[in-house]
Formats: sequence, structure tokens, C-alpha cells
Amino acid sequence: MTTIVRANERVECEFTVNGQREWVQAHPSRMLSDVLREDLGLTGVKVACGMANCGACTVLLDGTPIYSCITLALDCQGRTITTIEGLSGVNGLHPVQRAFVEQDALQCGFCTPGQILTMSAFLEKNPAPSEEELRQAMSGNLCRCGAYVKIVQAGMKVANSR
Amino acid sequence: MPKLVRTKVENEGRTTYEFAVVEKEKTTPWDVEEELRVVGKPMARIDGVERVTGAAKYTTDIQLPRMLHARFLYSPHAHARIVNIDDSDAKNLPGVRAVLHYKNIPLNRFQKNREIFGEFVRYAGDQVAAVIAESDEIARAALNLIRVEYEPLPYALDAEEATKPDAPRVWPDGNLYNGQPDTYSRGNVEKGFVEADVIVEGVFTTPAQVHSALESHACVADWDGQTLTVWESNQDVESVRDRIAKQLSLDRHRVRVIAHYIGGAFGSKIGAGKHALIAAQMARELRRPVRFVLDRRGENLTTGQRSPTKQYLKFGAKRDGTLTAIQVTTYNNLGPYPTWGPFIEGPARELYACENVKTTAYQVFTNMNPFAAFRAPGFVEGIFAFESLMDELAIRLEMDPLELRIKNYARVLPENGKAYTSNGLLDAYQEGARAIDWSRRSRPPEQRGTWRIGVGMASQIWYGAGAPPSYALIRINPDASATILTSTQDLGTGTKTILCQIAAEELGLPMEKISVEIADTQMGVFAGGSGGSMTASSVGPAVREAAADAKEQLLQLASAYLKRPVKHMRLEEGIIKTPKKETPLAEMLKELGDIEVIGRGARNPNTSDYEIRTFGAQFAQVAVDVETGEVRVERVVAAHDSGRILNPLTVSSQIEGGVLQSMGFGLMEARVVDASGVTLNANLEGYHVPTIVDAPQIETRMIDRADPLANNLGVKGVGEPPIIPTAAAIANAIRHAIGVRFYDAPITRDRVIEALGEVESRREAEGSC
Repeated sequence: MTTIVRANERVECEFTVNGQREWVQAHPSRMLSDVLREDLGLTGVKVACGMANCGACTVLLDGTPIYSCITLALDCQGRTITTIEGLSGVNGLHPVQRAFVEQDALQCGFCTPGQILTMSAFLEKNPAPSEEELRQAMSGNLCRCGAYVKIVQAGMKVANSR
Repeated sequence: MPKLVRTKVENEGRTTYEFAVVEKEKTTPWDVEEELRVVGKPMARIDGVERVTGAAKYTTDIQLPRMLHARFLYSPHAHARIVNIDDSDAKNLPGVRAVLHYKNIPLNRFQKNREIFGEFVRYAGDQVAAVIAESDEIARAALNLIRVEYEPLPYALDAEEATKPDAPRVWPDGNLYNGQPDTYSRGNVEKGFVEADVIVEGVFTTPAQVHSALESHACVADWDGQTLTVWESNQDVESVRDRIAKQLSLDRHRVRVIAHYIGGAFGSKIGAGKHALIAAQMARELRRPVRFVLDRRGENLTTGQRSPTKQYLKFGAKRDGTLTAIQVTTYNNLGPYPTWGPFIEGPARELYACENVKTTAYQVFTNMNPFAAFRAPGFVEGIFAFESLMDELAIRLEMDPLELRIKNYARVLPENGKAYTSNGLLDAYQEGARAIDWSRRSRPPEQRGTWRIGVGMASQIWYGAGAPPSYALIRINPDASATILTSTQDLGTGTKTILCQIAAEELGLPMEKISVEIADTQMGVFAGGSGGSMTASSVGPAVREAAADAKEQLLQLASAYLKRPVKHMRLEEGIIKTPKKETPLAEMLKELGDIEVIGRGARNPNTSDYEIRTFGAQFAQVAVDVETGEVRVERVVAAHDSGRILNPLTVSSQIEGGVLQSMGFGLMEARVVDASGVTLNANLEGYHVPTIVDAPQIETRMIDRADPLANNLGVKGVGEPPIIPTAAAIANAIRHAIGVRFYDAPITRDRVIEALGEVESRREAEGSC
């Protein structure tokens, strides 16, 4: 059965973003990245390629890193989303964020939110990875400036400090 | 009293003469041996927190009420005349506010002889039209409704072919920039080749390398009736301001350009692009903010690239390794619209001492994608070829490749015999050789199962002196905090941090008390573009001068306030210290109320008695799997002389970034076009930039030695040096590992497999004799 969607159609959608329940009205074809950035003002979510080749748009969906640029907003109904803005709390920076700053695991910073989210989710599930495992886990996040060496150092530092 | 001077400015090998307003210098270079408080220390970026929390707003993050969205329509043809454009359906699509093309765009001037939209398109991707609409979706839909009728024309894609007399003409006057090749000659190469005991030759090709900054070119323009505010992801805010002001016939103070956070650039974002000129004029025309952000395809096709080259090299040398002749002929594929041609032949002219050198550089117009400076333009390509052939020469001479480089070391600039302000190349060789254990080069390659591990090295020379004009202001606030104001840029290079360190050092204030405001033409003073490895060496000295000026004023105030002579007063850690008394600066300023102390500084001219260059060498350890052709760069040791290291933490990040981009150039990056000139990999899926899995161990070994003749900081540029030698070092390591010389970059898996197959066949043929 074919569903015809009109250009001005909006569907209500509710999800939890960074601990807060949000209600949006989105066209069914809209991607999560655009809803987060434009409707909720969460510009920490970056769009660099728009086709799941670079990872800049990474957010956590129920704790798992996903590419928000190819995820339909409506598919996130009822789920939990974490963007970079939700990572630091009342206690200050998340350990991965702190490690990135201290180790200089960033240069222009555009890929950085995605890198940090992927790494924090990975270390949550794998607190004591090998360097090889860490690299594999991070391989879906490109960094054109070339901060990889220090990104690995930052990750291993956080892992070893736990 | 300010003075007007005319001074030489070197920018990536191009020399111009500029006026600069300079003051009598208040500072003298810090002692080479002096241990400074914060300069030279590994300080974390002062804007690191903004970047890791998502608080940093890049141009693509700027959202204004009633903002419109714009998209380009790109040409599918490499060369064509636009016969007709029918925009009626596109214009009538609900939500479309404008459809622009060459017949109707109000202000069509782009660069000197170029328009934004022309009657002709000259590469597959050339901009044909722009749509401005209520949403990006509507703009995209409208593009599909524009009907363009093209008359395809003959096209030229290969640079060498384009120089032939019967080649299709890209421009009516022909296909050579300046109408003829650039030639250079010293000594007599013919005589040099006659004198040579050994002659080696090679024909090299290098790919089109696309900058691929993750934040694509972006502009948001907002007109309030009098003033235009422009957010632009750009390396040169002052230039963008001037260009837009001129285009819109506005005085400069009516245009404000902001680029606080830039998501990568690498040379592709210098000056106002077409998207900015369109957004600016249409924001005024439509009286609504206009956002023009390129999609990844447009970013890949239209924003420039390191130009592909073909290079013919021939060296002559004596048996002891002394070079007797260097002859280099280069073909540079610049696309249809270059504003200059990079110096691929630069290393041949400058790097080694050789009496007889001849270079011929063809800067060629083609219907390929356009050239834009990409981190060390010309020299990455030139060194790949040059240092590869030097390696071959060493092998022919049965001489250690490093010994061959040292044998031909140039103590002075070979072109004119002038001495350098400093030259750490020999130290770089020594450091790098020790760190990689260069003795391995003289032994057969290590074997690990099917893997062969080789080592290779390559040298680097580059500019990076910096120059006037660059200015800075420092405001001292009544609570003894301070703000630096200068309209320079931070592309991820760490500019803000080093400027803070410099001011903290000179002023004797803690770094936490100093904020840095950059990249805002309304809030700063002129500082020039951030490219050519010039920012630290141009703006840094101006900031130090401004800090010294502010300190001088503060001490004079303190002298009057404390009724003590200035002579014995010092300002350290925010405290005014006299032999008998210590007074916190904040305490004095609080007493004085709302006074303003403004320090002013200018970059003074460079010495004309010496040449200023940066030097370095990189040593790579590379493993090649002889069964699968896989290449793994395991280690790179990067030893560079860039004068005083202001911040070893951010400098090592610059080094690592350059090495990775050079590795991409050498092993995996290339624009792939079909026979009609259409790009087949205009995205990050098909265009391979290195991933974290590809990253080798990178060891930075800076020759951290201040250059007091260069400027008051003793610093030279470091942005570009690290990208120059890596690809050649990798190619030379592969040569050691599997005995194959690759003359064509990138050295991709298919090329390695083919070469290994040939080695195998040759071995079998020899075996069967």
C-alpha cells in the first residue's frame, strides 16, 4: 500500500532529548539531524555529508551511536536521544570531553561532538578496550584535520583511568 | 609615532610588496635560551571547552528568523555554451523567492575577469544557476525544474595534452597561463649532465586532492537596512568584507564579517566565494537573511583542489653523490579559472645545492575542476617527485639515501646565495634518523609473514616567515583582565591559544585573565588571511608588541599612582612589583575607576639581509603485504625546524594533521573523472580521506630553537611544513620494502597488486632461465 504524504503534512512525534521530553511536529521525510538542529536548536549536531559517510552527525539513540542524517525523526518516537549538549552535566565535563581538551584530541572541532559521543558510548560498554578495538569502534567518525592520534590517546587515557 | 613602510611579503612562494604602518618596536626577541613562563608550554586550547560541548557556533549553525536557503545548479558538461535557461517552472514553485542565472543576477562580478554566472560553463560542476527558497527542500526541488539547454563544446582534460597546438581551447587566447611556461635557469644544465657520472630520470604524476573540510563552504548574510552582517566559514574575513563591500557598493564599515569557528579549510576558504556574493546581494535585495551552504557534492566539485601534475625530472650526479644537474619540467592542471599557479618546481630550485638547474613550468588551463591552494600548494606535489627521484639516485649510486641528501645540503639559498636566518635541516635529519633507527635502511626489509617492512625518508623546505601588515589591540579592563582584539582566524590551528600565551607572557598576566576576540571585522584590527603558514609569525609579533605597549602604559600609570620611578617596576602574575612593595594590578585599577588602557601593536618588516625558510625531514616505516598489496604506514617520525615552538601540544596536532593529509595524498586520495570530465566520486564515500584505522604512530620531533632574526617571537610558520614530505617518505619506504618505485600517486591497492604481479612475473622469467 502506498502512503501519500503531502508537502505540508506534519506528524507529531515525542522523544526524550538530553533528559527532557520534547514534542515536535515533523514532516515524515525529515531526518533526525534536521529536527534536532533546527526545531530544537541543538546545533552541536553537525551535518557534513548528509549521507552517512562521515559520522559528524552522530547522536546516541537509546545509548547507541547512530547517524542522525539518515535516521527519520519519526522513527525515534518514544525513544531516548543524547546529543553532545547532553553529555556534560552538573558535575561539569564528561570524562571523554575533558580528555579531549587536555590531550588536544581536536583541531577545528567540527567532527568532535560525533567523536566524543561514539567514544563515550563505546567506553560505557567496553571499559577496558585494546587500542585496536578502540580504533575499530571509532572508524565511523572521520576527522579531516587529522586529530586521530590524539583521539586514540584520549580514549586510552579515559579507559586506563577507570 | 607610526611610520609608513613598504615591505616584501612572501606568501607560498609569491612575492608582493605591501605598505604597512609600523611603530618603533618596543620588544626585542626573547633570548634563545630563556625559559619563558607560558610560551613554549603545552597549553590546552582556550576554546577547547566550547568545541567539545557543542557550544561553538560555526557558520552552518547560525539560524536567523525568516532565513532563506540557497542551492546551486551545476553543469553536467565539461565545456558548453548555455543556449537557454527556462526558469519559469522553478520560479513558480511555492516557496521559491529567486532563481538566479547569467541573464538576471543583479551583481554578476566574481573575480577580475570572471562572472558569477556566465554564458559558458567550463568544467563539470561549474555553477549555472542558484535558487533561493523558504527551505532547503524547496530549493532542491526547484533545481530539478530549471530547464537548461546546453551546446556542448570540445574540452581538454589532460594538462600536457592541452598544451598541444591542436588541443581544444579552454579560453580563446589559448591554454597557457601567461601565454608561456614559467622558466628558471641557473648555471648550465647541459654541461652539468655531461659532467655527471650517473643520470636518473623519472616521469611522475600526482592526483587532484580535494580539501574535503567537514564544514562545507557556508555563508549567512543579514541586512538590517544599513549594515550587512555576514557569517562566513573563511580563512580571510577582511578579504571577504572588502570583496562584498565592493560588490554591493558599500563602504567597508557597513559590512561586518564573522568567522569565529571554522570547520576546516586547508586553503579552500580564502576570500569571498560565489555563494557569499550571492547571499550578500540577495539578503539586501529580498530583505531577508540568506543562508547558502554547499552540500557535499558541491563542496567536492566546486571549491577547489590541489591541482593534478605531471612532472618530468632528470638529475645528474657525480659518483660521490654531488648533484651536477637538475632539470624539471612540470605540467600543472589548473582547471579553467586559476588566479595563480603554484610552484611545483620550488623544491628543485631551492632545496639542494646544485649549480646547474633548469625548470620549465607549464601552468595549464583545462576543463577539469578548478585549482585552489591546498596546504603547501605545489610543494607536496613537487617533493613527491623530487624526493622519490633523489631516492632512486641514491640506489643507483649505491649510496645511503640520507647521506645523499646531506651531501647536497645547501647552507644558503641556492637561488641567490643569501644566508638563512636559521636552518635546522641537518638537526632534523639527525633527530629523525635516530628516532626511526635509519640503519635499517641499509639492511634488507624486515619480514613478518607476508609483510615486508621498509623505511624511507624525505626532506622539506617551505616559507612561513610571515610579514606585515598585521595589527593587534589589547584592552586592559578595570579588574585587570584583558581582551586581545585582532581580526585573524583560527581554523583549528590553535591561533587563539598562542595569542593568549604571547600576551600573558609579555604582560605578566595569567592566561585565564586574557580573552581573545578574533575573526570579526568590526571588533578587530586588520590581520591578514590565515594561510601560507603566516598567522603565528605575522599576528603573534603584533600581539606581543600590543602587550608590551599596554604594559608600558600600566607601569607609567603605576609609577604615577605609587609615586615611584618606572625604572625598577615590573608586572608579574598580575602584580606590580617594586623593590619595596607589591600591589596587585587589579587593586590599582579599581582605585582608578573606569579608565581604559589600550595597547597597540603592529608587525614590523622582515629582515632583508637574510632569507627565512622552514625546514624538516620525515622518516616513515611502511609495511606492504606482498600477497594482498595492502600498504600500512606504521610509523612516521616528523622532525621540523619552525623556529621557537610556542605551544608543543598544538604544534604536534598540526604535525599529525599534515602527516595524515600527506598520507592521504600518497596512498588513497584522488578525484576520479570519466572521459567526459564528470567526477565519479564527489562525496566522502568514493573520495577516501584517511580514517582512524589508517593512522600511523606519529612522533613529532621539533627542532625547538628560536630564530631571533625572524621576528620578536623567534617563530616561523608550521601549518604547511608537515604535509610536504610524508608522501615521498612513504613511497621511498615502499621502495625499500618491495623494491618497486611508484611514479604515480596515489599508490592505491590496485597499483601495488599490479606492480607485485610484475615483480612476480619477472622473477619467474628469471627463474626459468
